[in-house]
Amino acid sequence: MNRKHGDIMMLETPFHSRVAALNEINEWDGWAGYTTPTAYFDVELEYFAVRSTTGVFDLSPMNKYRITGPDAQAYLDRVMTRNISKISVGRVGYSVWCNDAGQVLDDGTIFRLGESDYRLCSYARAMDWLSWCAMGFDVHIDDESDGVAALAVQGPTSCSCLKAMGLNAIEELKPFGLTHFDFEGEDLMVSRTGFTGDLGYELWIAPHKAEALWDKLFAAGKPYMIKPIGSSALNLARIETGFLQAGVDFVSAQDAVRPGRSRSPFELGLGWLVDMNKPVFNGKKALQREQKEGSRYRFVILDVEGNKPAHNSFIFKGKKQVGTVTSAAWCPTAKSNVAFAQLEMPHGQVGDELVAEIYYERELQWTRVLAPCKVIDSAVFNPERRRMTPAPAF
Amino acid sequence: MKKYDAIVIGAGHNGLSNGAYLAKAGLDVLVLERNSYIGGATVSRELHKDWTYSNCSYVCSLLRPEIVRDLELPRHGLQVVPYGGGVTFMQNGDHFGNYFDHERQHREMARFSKRDANAYERYSADVQKQTRLIRPYLLRRPPDPTSLKLRDLKDLAEFAGSFTALGEEGLADTLKFWTKSVGDYLEEYFETDVIKAHLAGSGIIGTALGVYSPGTAYVLLHHYMGDVDGNVGSWGFARGGMGAVSGSLAKSYQSFGGEIVCDADVERILVKGGRTVGVALKNGDEYHADIVVSNLDPKRTFLDVMDASDLPADVVKKAENFKIRGSSGKLNIALDGLPTFNGIEKGSPLGVGDMHFTDSLERMERAYDDWKAGTWSKDPYLDMLIPSQNDPTLAPPGKHMMTVFVQYAPPKINGGEWTAEDKAGFEKSVLDQIGRYSPDFKDLILHCETRTPAEIEAEVGLTEGNIFQGELTFDQLLFNRPFPGYAQYRGPVQGMYMCGSGTHPGGGVMSAPGANAAREILRDLNQTNTVPEGYADD
Ligand SMILES: Cc1cc2nc3c(=O)[nH]c(=O)nc-3n(C[C@H](O)[C@H](O)[C@H](O)COP(=O)(O)OP(=O)(O)OC[C@H]3O[C@@H](n4cnc5c(N)ncnc54)[C@H](O)[C@@H]3O)c2cc1C
Repeated sequence: MNRKHGDIMMLETPFHSRVAALNEINEWDGWAGYTTPTAYFDVELEYFAVRSTTGVFDLSPMNKYRITGPDAQAYLDRVMTRNISKISVGRVGYSVWCNDAGQVLDDGTIFRLGESDYRLCSYARAMDWLSWCAMGFDVHIDDESDGVAALAVQGPTSCSCLKAMGLNAIEELKPFGLTHFDFEGEDLMVSRTGFTGDLGYELWIAPHKAEALWDKLFAAGKPYMIKPIGSSALNLARIETGFLQAGVDFVSAQDAVRPGRSRSPFELGLGWLVDMNKPVFNGKKALQREQKEGSRYRFVILDVEGNKPAHNSFIFKGKKQVGTVTSAAWCPTAKSNVAFAQLEMPHGQVGDELVAEIYYERELQWTRVLAPCKVIDSAVFNPERRRMTPAPAF
Repeated sequence: MKKYDAIVIGAGHNGLSNGAYLAKAGLDVLVLERNSYIGGATVSRELHKDWTYSNCSYVCSLLRPEIVRDLELPRHGLQVVPYGGGVTFMQNGDHFGNYFDHERQHREMARFSKRDANAYERYSADVQKQTRLIRPYLLRRPPDPTSLKLRDLKDLAEFAGSFTALGEEGLADTLKFWTKSVGDYLEEYFETDVIKAHLAGSGIIGTALGVYSPGTAYVLLHHYMGDVDGNVGSWGFARGGMGAVSGSLAKSYQSFGGEIVCDADVERILVKGGRTVGVALKNGDEYHADIVVSNLDPKRTFLDVMDASDLPADVVKKAENFKIRGSSGKLNIALDGLPTFNGIEKGSPLGVGDMHFTDSLERMERAYDDWKAGTWSKDPYLDMLIPSQNDPTLAPPGKHMMTVFVQYAPPKINGGEWTAEDKAGFEKSVLDQIGRYSPDFKDLILHCETRTPAEIEAEVGLTEGNIFQGELTFDQLLFNRPFPGYAQYRGPVQGMYMCGSGTHPGGGVMSAPGANAAREILRDLNQTNTVPEGYADD
């Protein structure tokens, strides 16, 4: 059994043949061991596909865990900070989960596929932690990351694309709802979810039907100006709409080796995901203590003056450095210059005026600007169509 | 007769580091070496024409980068080239490959267990937390918890501070690491035998303990706390073999005016009126200095080259009880070509790193049972590399040099000396082990140097052949190394110091004991400190 060195080279997603054919500028990156495109033709144009027509993102490398068994709900309620019983069959919920110290391990989405049947999609691999927490629960956890291919179909014409593909009554699917279709004899699951803050859907299918799905979707979507998008465009869209990226905007408590580098849900602005009325869940005691004693940090969205993105900037209050930027972008639809920052308490109340130290380069010359910025209360992009049911045509 | 400012006994890499710092500070220093060549256990030798062996130590990571830089070792010929890869061959014909790249490593582990592959991330983070705790203390004298001196109290407070910053869990982890067996430690993360076996090797290297003996988790940590170019836990090859480390240290030392005399076997440290005055060689020559530094292990230092009547009785007793059990052997082999290994392509990146042939903790523990029974392991644990795949200076083009570290081999066979027959049996057990996984290996052997603990003791001067100059167990670490009360490099007689691996922070090619001892000597001489000190990971 001579195993070739090539056996462990980068993997390809089930859509790879189609992705590679469309990757005109040959820009690739690795994501969880898979070869994935950062861009197909132009980051900005791809971004505008999401905001004005439809952008398709291959999210197959996402970690997916299937959680089944009589105790599935009780188990997830133990692991997750939010109340899982409130997610009914056919619905999806966003959640975070913590270690016993109340520090965030990861965030992700929970799909309730059946009475005792859930799928958890996470940024980081979670098999170790999930298995560990399963002790004492009658649940089965299956890593189905490689077993499910997935596409995000996002943008104002996304519903039209799917309808044109034959997904009848898809416009009736509510935000965070999920439904099933038959696709050439295979189950095609569609959820109204995404990472762009726009009208959009995610399509889930068995890998052997991936290429056929792609082909049908792109053929049907042609009149609706469907385009593939890479990770850079997606990143721009998620910053504009205020979504945190694990590994960028926070470090998983499991990976943090330096004391004080992990964050609690409160410190990430995700307190709304914590249900303190649940009798027990991982990290509850520590989070109760934090509520009493106060948090160390605050996550804020900053509206930065000027048009230079505040990448990696230090944030100052007067002369004192009070935080750093984790994500920043000039947002082309909202036309605003946004930065996510971690500030030391008590800084960062809505309306607080701060200064971002920004460095940028033009023709090898570096310039430093001290850009005034202000803490804002919500993301700069949040269109009506994202919430409308039935979903608008475009 | 000429009087030196300081004499260092032994041109091991720590003796040379110590000498270099004393000479750099302006002292007139003499290093005396028993062998006709320098380096001790950090040595390259040509025993078969055109082949260079790293006869003892063979891979480099622990060597303190601050010293490399400060003594300008690269300018004096040192280059350390990192390597990745590694593999554990399994009895069922499969193997577990170790890849440098995180994702490939994950994929390979997931072949055995997805959970283990994921748990490896937790394991890596936990190990890193612990290395971060101890790395700042490598280039420092260990704080003495019983001393009320301001300097010690400050050090202790800092030490305690970094402990408590870890929080309750981190602290518990630390205690686990310092006291647990490597087997039990790994059980907390992994379920797959071969993955545990692959990782556990670092916990028993050079140690007369089994994978289930308490204390071996620390030995694992000891092998993770070094770095190559800031990559903590990485290992590399010294181009030209490990002799390049001692060679560059010697050149640096000589550039500061230091002298080295080889074939100078020290018989006695001379003590007059309660202070050292110099040394006497076996051949009757004497050299004089007020400061005498021993690079030898604590047993040789206090029971061999010092007269018991010059020493406090408790020191003699402590030296007698010092644990320095030999447990390892070494084969260095000249090969006519690159061997083929079952299941991996020739030239596979896996073959560039450490290769092992023990696929379960159970087999490792059985190998230790043989040692306890007074014989070499019938099914030994091997750490085998072919560095000539990376380094063109070690063998002629197309030919190769193989280094095989063998665990376990006892200092005595059933209480008696090693016979030629025993040595042949030991050698055979190793060659057979490799031969089981490489069909053409035995036919490629041109020359083989086989070193049992008996040779390591006789040729390198390491008591019982213990590679670390004393076991790395908690009772012999930090302020207990070599003994409580003498852990700050000062001996019990005025003017006498210790600088070998038997002192903090212990064995391995690190240069830290030698440098730390020099700092204390300069302090006693009221000289300004020129030795790099402390270190902060960011
Ligand atoms: C087989 C083996 C493999 C190893 N593998 C590795 C490895 O891969 N990586 C790693 O980092 N470490 C490894 N080590 C450990 C490392 O090599 C040692 O811890 C380190 O080299 C010890 O250095 P030292 O200067 O403290 O002492 P030594 O190297 O022991 O130096 C002592 C010197 O004193 C001399 N001497 C002894 N008695 C007298 C006397 N009476 N008069 C004059 N001179 C005397 C000796 O000849 C010797 O040169 C290995 C060790 C061995 C034995």
